[in-house]
Amino acid sequence: MALNTQRDEGGGDGGLAALIYDPKARGLLFQIILLLAVIGFFAWILDNTVSNLAAQNKKSGFGFLGESSGFQILTTLGTYLIEARPGVATYFDIFWIGVVNTLAVAVVGIIFATIIGFTIGIFRLSSNVILRGFATVYVEVLRNIPLLLQILFFYIVVLRILPNKRETGYTLFNGAFGLNIEGLFAPYPAISEGFGTVFLAFVGALVLAWCVAWLARKRQEATGKQFPSFWVGVALVIAITMAVFYSVGEPLVWEFPRFLNAGDELPDGRTVSRIKAGYDIELGGMVIVPEFLALLLALSLYTASFIAEIVRAGILAVPGGQTEASKALGMSNGHNLRLVVIPQALRVIIPPLTSQYLNLTKNSSLAVAIAYPDIVSVFAGTALNQVGQEIEMIFMMMMVYLVISLVTSAFMNWFNDRMRLVER
Amino acid sequence: MKLLSATGALTALGLVLSASAANAEAHTGSTLATVMNNGSVQCGVSQGLPGFSNKDDAGNWTGIDVDYCRAVAAAVFGDANAAKFTPLSAKERFTALSSGEVDILSRNTTWTMTRDTQLGLNFAGVNYYDGQGMMVPADLGVKTAMELDGASICTNTGTTTELNITDFFRTNNMSFELVAFEKADEVVAAYDSGRCDVYTTDKSGIAAQRLKLADPAAHTILPETISKEPLGPVVRQGDDQWFNIARWTLNCMINAEEMGVTSANVTDMMNSDNPGIKRLLGTEGTFGENLGVSNGWCASIIEQVGNYGETYEANVGSETPLELARDGSVNALWTQGGLMYAPPIR
Repeated sequence: MALNTQRDEGGGDGGLAALIYDPKARGLLFQIILLLAVIGFFAWILDNTVSNLAAQNKKSGFGFLGESSGFQILTTLGTYLIEARPGVATYFDIFWIGVVNTLAVAVVGIIFATIIGFTIGIFRLSSNVILRGFATVYVEVLRNIPLLLQILFFYIVVLRILPNKRETGYTLFNGAFGLNIEGLFAPYPAISEGFGTVFLAFVGALVLAWCVAWLARKRQEATGKQFPSFWVGVALVIAITMAVFYSVGEPLVWEFPRFLNAGDELPDGRTVSRIKAGYDIELGGMVIVPEFLALLLALSLYTASFIAEIVRAGILAVPGGQTEASKALGMSNGHNLRLVVIPQALRVIIPPLTSQYLNLTKNSSLAVAIAYPDIVSVFAGTALNQVGQEIEMIFMMMMVYLVISLVTSAFMNWFNDRMRLVER
Repeated sequence: MKLLSATGALTALGLVLSASAANAEAHTGSTLATVMNNGSVQCGVSQGLPGFSNKDDAGNWTGIDVDYCRAVAAAVFGDANAAKFTPLSAKERFTALSSGEVDILSRNTTWTMTRDTQLGLNFAGVNYYDGQGMMVPADLGVKTAMELDGASICTNTGTTTELNITDFFRTNNMSFELVAFEKADEVVAAYDSGRCDVYTTDKSGIAAQRLKLADPAAHTILPETISKEPLGPVVRQGDDQWFNIARWTLNCMINAEEMGVTSANVTDMMNSDNPGIKRLLGTEGTFGENLGVSNGWCASIIEQVGNYGETYEANVGSETPLELARDGSVNALWTQGGLMYAPPIR
């Protein structure tokens, strides 16, 4: 008996029947209904929100961004780059100060976390018992304590061990750097005319060094002769930049913070009061507040414990035969690690590493617990209380985190593509 | 294909109609009905400010703001224990009230024009007239706030305090560094560790938080009061009935003190011939029903919570650790030179 395989033609015989029996038309119908339901749902949510806000007489819209704020923000990278004087700064300026501060702690935190994480990860694979034990304890302890508790702990520790603000505290280079409870005081680079030229020369020297390295690699592939392109490149960059720097007339001057004792005479005749005793940066120098240092420490150490495990997993994923082969070829341990194991391990390491970087960026929002003025603390804390428009402000903040995360993961994905195993 | 698009259009129409129908039951603004339904008043309070809203050793909420909330519960239900408390930080308090998480906010909140007009909220009165002050370690040798040029200042984020201190220092051309924390405990800890020279908040708050310092006697409160901070309960806009209940609860307590009705003598006062007291306690008139509650609303408040003077003395008065003396201050009754003046119940 012949099988009766009757194929339904889409949209052919009997309109309504086709909708039910024709799989393609049926699928399409259900998808359209689902799409309309989703759109209708979101439209209802939006309508509900708007009418509720109107019923409560709450202002809506983004007009508040032009109003001036009336509060002071702690001295951080954001306030150095963007005008923050109360009464002059608008809420939009405040928003950008928060973004800059978040990026500052996130970028520096990522760098430190990566360095510490890679070190601890390699320690865990070391044949030295002490290093291995230390790394194991480090990872197990820091992974299991909630980050907020670690941030509070490090802040309390930092505040307790640092000397009083009226003492010079821990100093380096004869007072050029000073550390006490008010912060880390450091020299400030005061740039003047001509620095742009030096910067261009620096970039040009970098390009030149890269070209030298590329040519050296070509020569090595052709003839096998090695060339110390890294050190030559470094020497080139330093030499060219320094030459241009001095010929333009030294447009960069380091301004140092000064330490004032109570009762000192100032150049303009005033005496230093007890309150003003301590480090002073009015005439130069900059301060890195202990809030930033504590947050950086907590975030870096916490994320490093996760990165250490990722690195360990990546290195263990490289087959042992690779190391044996490179030893058979006579390569040293260092060459083996750098040229054979790590490049292959990176393929495994980079995707979870991206997640950890994004985690660190978002975890920086816990800064409000220790008064570091990141975007959440400044915008969703102080500004929100003055302005009151939660929906617009939280939406802006979510966009900030979304953009930062997307940029980070896009860059890491590009980096991953470069490292990917290219199958033939 | 024609039938497909027709079906699609019908579905869309149906969805739009159901959406607008669902929208009809939007915010009606009847907090009293919600509260009666829940059987208790949900009250937003602070996360622990001694004297205003704080948990004692047994885990019960005490404080002048807590007593106000219990008075509202007594007015609505006749039972002061029908009040539930939600601790809120300064950042989230207004959002919690706007969204309906709490029915009333009694959290030492300053009445300002911005909060009254821009946040969709209404202030039901003032239960404590306060002002912002500053506290410094005694060994700093500072006697007045004008000597604070270059100081670092610890405070709470999300409060009027930040704005006021900025204004004060700007007006007087002094520079300062502001370190703003989320929780009051963190501010006190940072101030105690020496991170800042100055701790600033409302003077009642300073008196309360000073008790948490390692050595309270080693700190002085500077004499200046740099702002007006009228603290009072807050409700949502758009609900006049609930607003009236909130406002007249406070007025009942102040009027009761003015007329000499206390929690001890309220039962005797029910037999009084004084027409003012009769109206106050509900033996004459239908004032309670006009509010939407029972006529014995004010009597319940006085009996179970006390009048304004009693709650003041029990929580923040000179006999308490806060030692905020009422005589001669702005929180005294208007008959004694203060600002506590309530419209009459008639």
